[in-house]
Amino acid sequence: MALITADHLKLGYDSQIVASDLSFTVEEGDYLCIIGENGSGKTTLMKALLGLHKPLEGSLEFAEDMDQNEIGYLPQQTVIQSDFPASVREIVLSGCQGHWRNRFFYSAEDRATAKRYIEQVGITDLADKYYSDLSGGQKQRVLLARALCAAVKVLLLDEPIAGLDPSASENMYRVIKELNGAGMTIIMISHDLTSALKDANKVLHIGETNYFGTVSEYLKVRTEDLGGAK
Amino acid sequence: MIQKLIMYFQFPFVRYALIVGVLIALCSSLLGVTLVLKRYSFIGDGLSHVAFGAMAVAAVMRFASTTVVVLPVTVICAILLLRRGQNAKIHGDAAIAMLSVSALAFGYMLMNVFSASSNVSGDVCSTLFGSTSILTLSKTDVWLCAVLAVVMLALFVLLFNRIFAVTFDETFAKAIGINADRYNLIIAIMIAVIIVLAMNLVGSLLISALVIFPALSAMRLYRSFLKVTVCSGILSVLCALAGILISILAGTPVGSTIVAADAVVFLICCVLKRIGVGTE
Repeated sequence: MALITADHLKLGYDSQIVASDLSFTVEEGDYLCIIGENGSGKTTLMKALLGLHKPLEGSLEFAEDMDQNEIGYLPQQTVIQSDFPASVREIVLSGCQGHWRNRFFYSAEDRATAKRYIEQVGITDLADKYYSDLSGGQKQRVLLARALCAAVKVLLLDEPIAGLDPSASENMYRVIKELNGAGMTIIMISHDLTSALKDANKVLHIGETNYFGTVSEYLKVRTEDLGGAK
Repeated sequence: MIQKLIMYFQFPFVRYALIVGVLIALCSSLLGVTLVLKRYSFIGDGLSHVAFGAMAVAAVMRFASTTVVVLPVTVICAILLLRRGQNAKIHGDAAIAMLSVSALAFGYMLMNVFSASSNVSGDVCSTLFGSTSILTLSKTDVWLCAVLAVVMLALFVLLFNRIFAVTFDETFAKAIGINADRYNLIIAIMIAVIIVLAMNLVGSLLISALVIFPALSAMRLYRSFLKVTVCSGILSVLCALAGILISILAGTPVGSTIVAADAVVFLICCVLKRIGVGTE
């Protein structure tokens, strides 16, 4: 069964509809890329997936063995104040709080989890550094490790390479691809079509007409469209 | 000088003042980081004026312990302000400004019209600047302050990790299932309680300084949340101790001496940062 099933979702605020008629499924192990213009409703869809926004119509269902809170989430970096006093370890550990039930302090298991993901995203040498001292790419990896601590099966990435230089972007894509290879389901919002679609297996295009399908089909449709336009 | 101090410490009220003062300074400094970074400092400022108004009402109605009246009023205002901020059509700043100046105006008017003592301006001055109130606390107030301060400390330690998560990135906290609204409410209530407590120490006009200075000083020296919090607590306690002792020896007002000490420490921390000490 699919992990996430969206059926004719309509998203918006009050009377303003930002996206409608969105249908898609996410299977275990998928690498779904969500693309669309600014203001097409990508961010609202992301909020709906995280349970922060209630769809106006349609249904959004999750597999029985999966909790909505178990989606690891990598926000756009601009959301966080860069001068916040916090160590890398503190930030990554805070992702573990998603699994807490009436608990207030980190367990040895939480610390082991954090350590494992710090290693996995390749920032072991930064573990004792401070967030404000890091470069954009390093910060993004710290937040990725935090998202992994919260994620059980699904990782939701909101423009993971926004503001990164080319080599940092490439690194980021590599890490995400490795995670996907290890069995993590990836949902990524992106502007950067060409490199984002290189690793993805499914596409959701939000716009005047929505498209959902495999990457190869999407590319075919798109080239045909472009050909027609010429 | 030592002899003078020893002489003063033979009075139980001086000892109480020192203990309560240190406890209040400690817990008022802890939420400073959250307040500064969550842009809640303006709520703190507004609430301190509300507390002044409530204090005036309590004094006019001749309650034995003013804290009993001021505390619930301030907590309720904190909850209202936060609720307002969440679904604000009108900007929250204006609401807070209106609330706080009205509270000041009505408070001062009440104190004048129904004055309980012959020295109105003295009463107003000590409520605003806490000139001597820490030494004139009733025994009920001393116990209430001490108990509340300890409860605040315990609560802060218990919720430390949650407070970090909610302050650092509220959206992420919500996404992983932390009830961020509930913790925001708890933080607002804690701020209200701390303001009422701190009012006894430094008076309502100087409270923000007591809450924010230690956190800002600590942020010059350290860059992890835990270290900043611990350092801010230590700085605040040292400043309160120094302020109280200096005020006893030099006869200066307690509240403003403590805040002056906080300001000096902040400047020292800025200089230390500039010359590269404490960058770890």
